[in-house]
Amino acid sequence: MEHVNWVGFIKGAWQDQVNVRDFIQLNYSQYLGDSGFLAQKTARTSGLMQKVNQLFALERENGGVLDIDTATVSSLLSFAPGYIDKENEIIVGMQTDSPLKRAVNPFGGIRMARQACEAYGYKLSDKIEEEFRYKTTHNDGVYRAYSQEMRKARSSHVITGLPDAYGRGRIIGDYRRVALYGIDYLIECKKKDKADLESKLYDSEQICLCEELTKQINFLSYMLEMAKSYGFDISKPAKNAKEAVQWTYFAYLSAIKEQNGAAMSLGRVSTFFDIYFERDIKSGVLTETQAQEIIDDFVIKLRIARHLRTPEYNELFGGDPMWITEALGGMGQDGRTLVTKTTYRMLNTLYTLGSSPEPNLTVLWSKNLPKPFKEFCAKISIDTDSIQYENDDLMREIYGDDYAIACCVSAMKVGKQMQFFGARCNLAKLLLIALNGGYDNQSDMHIGPQMPVLSADKLDFSAVKERFDIYVSWLAKLYVNTMNVIHYMHDKYAYEKTQMALHDTFVDRFMAFGVAGLSVVADSLSAIKYANVKPILNEKGFIVDFETVGSFPKYGNDDDRVDLIAKDLTHQFITELRKTPTYRKAIHTLSVLTITSNVTYGKNTGATPDGRKAKEPFAPGANPMHNREENGALASLNSVAKISYDDCRDGISNTFTITPTALGKDAEQRIENLVGILDGYFAKNAHHINVNVLNRDTLLQAYEHPENFPNLTIRVSGYAVNFNKLSREQQREVISRTFHGQL
Amino acid sequence: MKLSVGYVNSIQSLGAVDGPGIRFVAFLQGCPLRCSCCHNPETWQFNVGETFSAQQLFDKAVRFKEYFGEKGGVTLSGGEPICQSEFVYDFFSLCKASNINTCLDTSGCILNDSVKKALSVTDRVLLDVKYPSPSLYNKHVGCNLSNVLEFLTYLNAVKLPTTIRQVVVKGINDNDDNLAFLSRLRGEFDCVDGIELLPFRKICSSKYDNLKIKFPFANYPETDEQTIQNLYCKLKKHSK
Repeated sequence: MEHVNWVGFIKGAWQDQVNVRDFIQLNYSQYLGDSGFLAQKTARTSGLMQKVNQLFALERENGGVLDIDTATVSSLLSFAPGYIDKENEIIVGMQTDSPLKRAVNPFGGIRMARQACEAYGYKLSDKIEEEFRYKTTHNDGVYRAYSQEMRKARSSHVITGLPDAYGRGRIIGDYRRVALYGIDYLIECKKKDKADLESKLYDSEQICLCEELTKQINFLSYMLEMAKSYGFDISKPAKNAKEAVQWTYFAYLSAIKEQNGAAMSLGRVSTFFDIYFERDIKSGVLTETQAQEIIDDFVIKLRIARHLRTPEYNELFGGDPMWITEALGGMGQDGRTLVTKTTYRMLNTLYTLGSSPEPNLTVLWSKNLPKPFKEFCAKISIDTDSIQYENDDLMREIYGDDYAIACCVSAMKVGKQMQFFGARCNLAKLLLIALNGGYDNQSDMHIGPQMPVLSADKLDFSAVKERFDIYVSWLAKLYVNTMNVIHYMHDKYAYEKTQMALHDTFVDRFMAFGVAGLSVVADSLSAIKYANVKPILNEKGFIVDFETVGSFPKYGNDDDRVDLIAKDLTHQFITELRKTPTYRKAIHTLSVLTITSNVTYGKNTGATPDGRKAKEPFAPGANPMHNREENGALASLNSVAKISYDDCRDGISNTFTITPTALGKDAEQRIENLVGILDGYFAKNAHHINVNVLNRDTLLQAYEHPENFPNLTIRVSGYAVNFNKLSREQQREVISRTFHGQL
Repeated sequence: MKLSVGYVNSIQSLGAVDGPGIRFVAFLQGCPLRCSCCHNPETWQFNVGETFSAQQLFDKAVRFKEYFGEKGGVTLSGGEPICQSEFVYDFFSLCKASNINTCLDTSGCILNDSVKKALSVTDRVLLDVKYPSPSLYNKHVGCNLSNVLEFLTYLNAVKLPTTIRQVVVKGINDNDDNLAFLSRLRGEFDCVDGIELLPFRKICSSKYDNLKIKFPFANYPETDEQTIQNLYCKLKKHSK
């Protein structure tokens, strides 16, 4: 196929099939220089951002939600076009007809939509209540099929945060396809796939896919119509940089109009965009200042994206995140870096627009990244605490060079792989349930295999391990089966039509499980093995506390005696999970990631043998427990790096906070040292790191006087938040974490 | 060969301020000096704390090699590491054999054959030249300035790259005499390729309280960053 809008592009296989990677590889120009070329923000950008900042302030004053349209169900065509300031916008489109106004999306579950409205003083309209009275939501479907034991696992909080009442998210449409090919061609390809399918055996799998393809085709046409309402015809390929960004944004916007998934990630668009920018700049129709403006405007749109959530949801996923994750940089399989000038432009928005948690800018780090780029990233981390890093050298081997990150740490090939998100189970609680022989001392519930309480004056490590293994097997099987129910129903009642239309018809699926409390369990088992742990029983004969005497190795000090316990736990868990087959033959994966749920998980978990008191928060993700690190920051990083990515293909999250003075004496040294830390950590095969460079004092001041820190951004667990948007409890937990400082 | 055993007070796996680049820093136990501004009184006592063979400490340090890059490496600090000079020698020798850069943070109060041997496997010395005059030295350190100058003379003779360090205490050494002294050292000793001024801090007060030792400089103010920057500026002029 040829198209006039492709003039100047190098021809290849991408013209005759949907193949964005091929287009990128043939056409992009790597950039090896420094940030010197970047343009400053313009008066237009400042003015628009100022308006947006005023809206953010209003939103805060209103208790976190500016406005809700309680009478309109969110979808591609349900809202008239909306603008911040029509005359001054370069990239247009928003979820509703007014900025920061939230739409209701009851497809995941009507109850959640209703409660979310009520939480902010609104009432879901009778019209929607009536419409959904006779409609099955995803949530309805799940509860029709949940077993008694699944309900118990959920209500005892041994498995929490399951996407059974909201959109599962973590699916990344290849939004670039719309810009490169236009909607017409995409529809044509899907129609062809459907025709091919119709000629084959019609078993339940094929029938399911056929129906899905029909939905995909419908929603592609809705996308076309939605763009039309903003005055754009996206049926054909984009003809310049501005259109490429606009087309891609319309595709993403369609996705977040249709779905309220927990994480609605963007993918890997910057290097793709760069091809259009380069073409326009070379032909003299675009200046650097204009290029930055287009990116700035696009990012402003991403920063105002919102979903309506309940307060309970915010406990798990604090700070109102969208996880509009954009993967930046990395290396190509041919050895060229995928860093382009637009990679810089995207990161530069943290200066032109100020620091911000969204989009969730994620640098794919390789030892071979150009040095100036590494230094630029380090500088941004030090200045803004807004970006995270993931190991490209590790992931590229598995996913090639056109993968992206969903949510925080979930890698997938763009447009070719998707995942079934599965939140996480509470390993620390599971240990306590195991010791109590199938009794949860927090919910006062009997759950799992029923056995005698494992009581003794001194807990014996091998007896505890043997008991724990039984419960790990039990929970792993229950967890997989629960996920099978959820994702069967999500596909049935809340299928992601828009996003899946921007995937290949035949995709690989992952089923992403997770664990919380890894460091608590590792330290607890270490205490049982190396110190004396005596269980303390209540009057009913159940363990409610422990007396731990003596010292024991603690995870976070580069001590193999305990670090390998943590590593083995993840290996054991994924091995157990793999024993139960998944829905749609998804590949089992595991993450060590908590988001902000480490606080609420802790709240629901009794005292543990490591000395953690009942209800105390866990460490986030794969982090060592707070303030147990005695050998400094790198020892802590080394401990986390031992957890194998082969066992945890859905990511291993580590949040690292260091004071500026501990990082080096001056700005230049800090940059150099941070680059050194990242190079070293990833050379150890570690997977992910959030970097904060700040003083605890700053957070304490922000805790007391939030009004003075409206834009204070910090990395938490796989994402960034505006500190002020966390609950007081979450804020206190962040403040209590280890800050690596000077001795 | 039997390697010596060292007394280690603590380990900082991420040292970014004790020598160039990222460094694994071990703070050795024991110090003969009693500096009034000392930040680590818990390291004074000899022959206590955790013991490591040089090999054990090396095994710990080498796990961080990936972070060291071109400039970083290991630093032995203290306490006064040269009081355990055999251990310094053994540990640094192992590091050198693995191409790990070695750095010694010392007051330079002792110079004997064993210390010289340790210096033979040292890539850089951070020499804490505390005060410009013998009288201040005697009063606030408890040793002779001449020892330190002798040490520096030796470093110069063996051409060992040296950074001069000094804690700046307002009212004690934030003055022109001191700057003149520092720039004289830099001028006279070719081995000196840098001077680092460190602000006096009192976060260590609680350590003194815990140890029930009087903090001699408890009543001096902390040194602010601006004072340090001003001194650096003046120091630059001195060198011209």
